[in-house]
Amino acid sequence: MSEQYGWRRLHPLSPVVRAGRATIAIFIVLVPTLLSGGRNLSSDYFQLGAVAVLAGLGFVSWLVTRWRIDGDDLRIETGVLRRQSLRFPLAQVQAIDIVRPGLARMFRVAELRLRMGGASGGTARLAYLNEHEVEPLRAQLLALAHGGEEAEARAVEAPERLLVQVPTPRLIASILVSDVGMLAELVLVGLAIGAVLAPGAARGIVSGGAAELVAVATLVWRRFNQEYRFSLAQTDDGLRLHGGLVALNTETIRPGRVQAVRMVEPFLWRRLGWCRIEVDLAGRQRRKGELLEHVVPGAPQPVLGAPRRVLFKSPLRFRYLAWGRSDTVVVTQTGRIRRVTVWVPLQKVQSLRRVEGPVQRALSLATVHLDTAGRALHAALRDRDRGEADEALGDLVRLARAARRAPT
Amino acid sequence: MSDPEPAWRAPSPRLLTMRRVQVGVCGVGVAVALFALLVSATVTGAVVAAAAALVAVLVAQIFVARRVRAWGYAEREDDLFVKRGVLFSRLSVIPYGRMQFVDITAGPVERLFGLATVRMHTAAAASDARIPGLESGEAARVRDRLTELGEAQAAGL
Repeated sequence: MSEQYGWRRLHPLSPVVRAGRATIAIFIVLVPTLLSGGRNLSSDYFQLGAVAVLAGLGFVSWLVTRWRIDGDDLRIETGVLRRQSLRFPLAQVQAIDIVRPGLARMFRVAELRLRMGGASGGTARLAYLNEHEVEPLRAQLLALAHGGEEAEARAVEAPERLLVQVPTPRLIASILVSDVGMLAELVLVGLAIGAVLAPGAARGIVSGGAAELVAVATLVWRRFNQEYRFSLAQTDDGLRLHGGLVALNTETIRPGRVQAVRMVEPFLWRRLGWCRIEVDLAGRQRRKGELLEHVVPGAPQPVLGAPRRVLFKSPLRFRYLAWGRSDTVVVTQTGRIRRVTVWVPLQKVQSLRRVEGPVQRALSLATVHLDTAGRALHAALRDRDRGEADEALGDLVRLARAARRAPT
Repeated sequence: MSDPEPAWRAPSPRLLTMRRVQVGVCGVGVAVALFALLVSATVTGAVVAAAAALVAVLVAQIFVARRVRAWGYAEREDDLFVKRGVLFSRLSVIPYGRMQFVDITAGPVERLFGLATVRMHTAAAASDARIPGLESGEAARVRDRLTELGEAQAAGL
């Protein structure tokens, strides 16, 4: 047992993979120079020297980086000039990700990321590890996070129960009608029309706006790449999210670590019954765009609409403003064009605020905010009748207190 | 509200004095600066501008008083209430169990008046409750009480 927990190094190819695109760029620069056969010796030597220095630095960074599991902590030591010794208490792990960019897949390595809770909300990165040791390590870390005594028994991967998988045609369709997709289509259509009517001008736009075109294409591609074959599964370790085309991603969210859930329904998607669910954790903000069918977690529906006079204050939001609650969960809904619904477990509420602005005072309205430790999502009972807001605040304070005390 | 109306406490009366002095000093400074700038051009203009600045200071005193009076806090059994603001009135509820830490700050002006500000921090970035203008002894008492209650009721993330 103890030798298994000794200091370990990362995969020797880590610096190469971490340099990622830079590595590819170096090859692109180097190969023609080498093939053209040393016409300009001094610049060749200079380039080779630069590459050698970079490789040396990468090797040194690999050499000085080591990690180990030490009781309930993950410890990472790194750095030459600024030596760092990092300790990550496993009990505070919110989620564990396995990330495999394209280059990493080529070299059969993977990155393990531990997302931590707490005020600083850091991320522990082990980049990169051998592909086949990553999954057992994740299982082991999750087991340790649950409590040391289970560690031995739980070192095996927990079985998965698939909840949702997004079929590729739907992914493509959803991107086509999303904001980014529409932008790309508009650009394309514009260019097509331009090419027919005024070929010269279109050519000018393409050459002049090449950077913008590339940027739009990158956005579309990134979304497709990240969400390709996305699936959500339930395991004993928590929720497991898979996805990716070139870069593979696996996230494991520990149960009871979800601070808030948000459902976003852009205008066109709502017509098709699609939505995106985002899960917020304590710690570093990391929103994960997910396409799910109209899946709503077993939670209350936003049933209480806003009073009519809110039309004067927020005419666009009015039709979506609503909230609802059960004894453990609050749901709020807002949005102007797209509809945004947020669920917050009362157990996770950090503080409550009631705010009344001058316009709201004139209409005798008030807003109640629910603050959670997550960074990305926010729930607010916006523009409620003042009496209702006061009553809701009282009830929610009481329910949140009860939820905090209840055993998890 | 379902709970009985909490017993509100107000910041020290010296907070009002401090704010009045702060606004007054700024206003008089502006008046003097205006006078000094304009006096070489038109003496009447300079006097009028300086007088206007002084009148503005007097009017501002009314708003200062309202703002200071709006502050209040109530220590209840399980949570702390803090209210503030006139134009935007806010009421924050911070459960003791959610407090990560409590700190006291006292700037140079506050120290001159023997006052301090107590700040409560939770894991949520949005909850920014503070109570300004507490006398030093009271600030220490509030801090100690909050810390004590926070430890007793601490809840994880």
